[in-house]
Amino acid sequence: MKLSELAAIKEKMKGVVAIREGKKSEDQVRAHVLICGGTGCTSSNSVKISDLMKEELVKAGIADEVKVVLTGCFGLCALGPIMIVYPEGIFYSAVKIEDVPEIVAEHLVKGNPVERLLYTDELTGEHVHSLMDTRFYKSQHRVALRNCGAIDPENIEEYIAKDGYAALAKAITEMTPQGVIDTMKESGLRGRGGGGFPTGNKWQFAANSVSDKKYVVCNGDEGDPGAFMDRSILEGDPHAVIEAMAIAGYAIGADEGYVYVRAEYPIAVRRLQKAIDQAREYGLLGKDIFGTGFNFDMHIRLGAGAFVCGEETALLTSIEGKRGEPRPRPPFPAVKGLFGQPTIINNVETYANVPQIILKGVEWFTSMGTEKSKGTKVFALGGKITNTGLVEVPMGTTLRTVIEEIGGGIPHGKKFKAAQTGGPSGGCIPAHLIDTPIDYDNLIAIGSMMGSGGLIVMDETDCMVDIAKFFLEFTVDESCGKCTPCRTGTMRLLELLEKITEGNGELEDIDRLEELCEYIKSASLCGLGQTAPNPVLSTLRYFRDEYVAHVKDKKCPAGVCKKLLNYYIDADKCKGCTACARKCPVGAISGKVKEAHTIDTTKCIKCGACIATCKFNAIYKG
Amino acid sequence: MKKKMTTVTFAGTPEQELKLDAVIAKYGKDEGAIMRILQDAQEIYGYLPIEVQRMISIKTGVPLAEIYGVATFYSQFSLNPKGKVAISVCLGTACYVKGAGPVMEKICEILGVQPGETSADGKFSVDATRCLGACGLAPVITINEDVYGKLQPKDVKDILAKY
Repeated sequence: MKLSELAAIKEKMKGVVAIREGKKSEDQVRAHVLICGGTGCTSSNSVKISDLMKEELVKAGIADEVKVVLTGCFGLCALGPIMIVYPEGIFYSAVKIEDVPEIVAEHLVKGNPVERLLYTDELTGEHVHSLMDTRFYKSQHRVALRNCGAIDPENIEEYIAKDGYAALAKAITEMTPQGVIDTMKESGLRGRGGGGFPTGNKWQFAANSVSDKKYVVCNGDEGDPGAFMDRSILEGDPHAVIEAMAIAGYAIGADEGYVYVRAEYPIAVRRLQKAIDQAREYGLLGKDIFGTGFNFDMHIRLGAGAFVCGEETALLTSIEGKRGEPRPRPPFPAVKGLFGQPTIINNVETYANVPQIILKGVEWFTSMGTEKSKGTKVFALGGKITNTGLVEVPMGTTLRTVIEEIGGGIPHGKKFKAAQTGGPSGGCIPAHLIDTPIDYDNLIAIGSMMGSGGLIVMDETDCMVDIAKFFLEFTVDESCGKCTPCRTGTMRLLELLEKITEGNGELEDIDRLEELCEYIKSASLCGLGQTAPNPVLSTLRYFRDEYVAHVKDKKCPAGVCKKLLNYYIDADKCKGCTACARKCPVGAISGKVKEAHTIDTTKCIKCGACIATCKFNAIYKG
Repeated sequence: MKKKMTTVTFAGTPEQELKLDAVIAKYGKDEGAIMRILQDAQEIYGYLPIEVQRMISIKTGVPLAEIYGVATFYSQFSLNPKGKVAISVCLGTACYVKGAGPVMEKICEILGVQPGETSADGKFSVDATRCLGACGLAPVITINEDVYGKLQPKDVKDILAKY
């Protein structure tokens, strides 16, 4: 492809961009219907909705006038499936298959938006017409996610219409490789996958390594349970990652790239493969790109479900087809990486920022964020929060803004207790630190970490000891077994936590936990082991009283740990129907017919059979 | 991660072996081909019994120990045949705090199996997975290709009855 051809495609696609910016189109197509085809919305039938929409448009005789596009994730997963109709930008949420004929007949034929399907602001109770006017979107700033939900990810021309591949063109025709690296360094972009290592420095190391073969690798092994930003980028804007990897290849002198993606992300894998094929077809991957003599091509490798493969050296061994075990560094991958050659590894979200930085410049990028953390960060907001979904905010935004404003607060009138960031490597941020500006260094200072950006919100009904146990179960399962501190240490940690949650803990166990955590942190081989104790340490730091309550009072204040709960019957609600007494396998329930029953807590085995039987909700745990 | 060996007798067909040969021919000389061969072999056979691993070893010349090492390292590879109805319960963090644990318990109680096992009649298998990425629907389970979200333990019985 030549530069002039790229410009011609952009010119041809002008109408498509215009209509989605709310302008009237000059050609025959007068409306676009964008439907979310991300994993969340696909799980609630968005593909069927799209198919039915197309059928209904044919029936109504307006199939030539309305274009239906399946896009990537819009972010507001809690209200999926999501549909946006342009040029008006009308935003429909929680669309059902049955709603489609009405949308076609009323909105697309007659031009009257279907009021009942509009999003309602919880505070004002008013209908919100445009997605951008919702409180969920207002405080967001979309850089890495800019095309997610805005273009058809399976159509390279739509990406080109939105300045796609212009950054690659600029880099390889106007800039030197060192110029590209300097731009990345000056931008202050840091790795979005967890560690926060400066991307430009990483590229510099690889560029300095002398070798006739180098590799560019993309880490799409998003293993943090509860994080799905990388998947959404690959599903919604795969070309951004391809373009960035080609730019990286030019900068360090590599001609081959690998994207390592979780096999659990079938939609992402399919779209990425399609995008690679299209890029090859258009000459944006392959030999002599833009007639400059620069060659670059790439392949996908599928992960097979191993959390440790998110660690860079483990990921490289896995691409080589072996057990994904990490190895000691140095040598760093920039010196000796994939197949023994200099390699850079960046995460999906990091790459998604690169073309924007090249195009819009360092000044634009550094205007967002804090002193040491520039740009934006995508968070996967989940757990006890109203607006579950994907949000992108400038670094330095407070947790309060993310949870209360964008996230819409905690549902069911419950109280915010803590937010967990960084997944199994991170920690919990307690309620009193809700005004902390989120950036790499602040999170480390309060005992958590950015991680890949999973942000799980917890309310008063979540037990922090149980959460620590949950993460340790995960690490014990996922520890690769290569080094002893991680393999055996995490197991012992888990055993201590089980002892405590089962009511057999002693006060010394809390000290033992802390001591063991320090050993594991300092002696483990890779990031997995070094960070595995974080969930324990941070919950101990902020919720020590909960640990003490489990150990000393043998009580779980949040009412989660089963062995520490007792069952009681509410005498006011009990009708004396005897159903529970008949069901109890150990005969712990007694009482006369039509009189309130009681449970003998010394006999009770806490099986829960009585609760399941009671029709009057008279039995409670406490 | 511990993996149990299956007690089910291996019943591979010549057609399956032909497909396996084609896969090995396709990837054979690529660096790092073993994982891709195993991924495709699992597609062909549905699981990776030791017999299949041995065939791959003989056909590629890669030692069986190495192949077994890879097959047991990654959770995606299964040494047991899956049930006709494969149930995956998401135990990612978002699903966990929203009550995926009790949902899993209920499923196991009804089917009389433990996570990672296949029911005695070979019909149902239950697995825990890490984050399906549909956190907006938490807690989520998938049964074959179907997705069920926002579940409570009391919903489980009716859902299983459909299969």
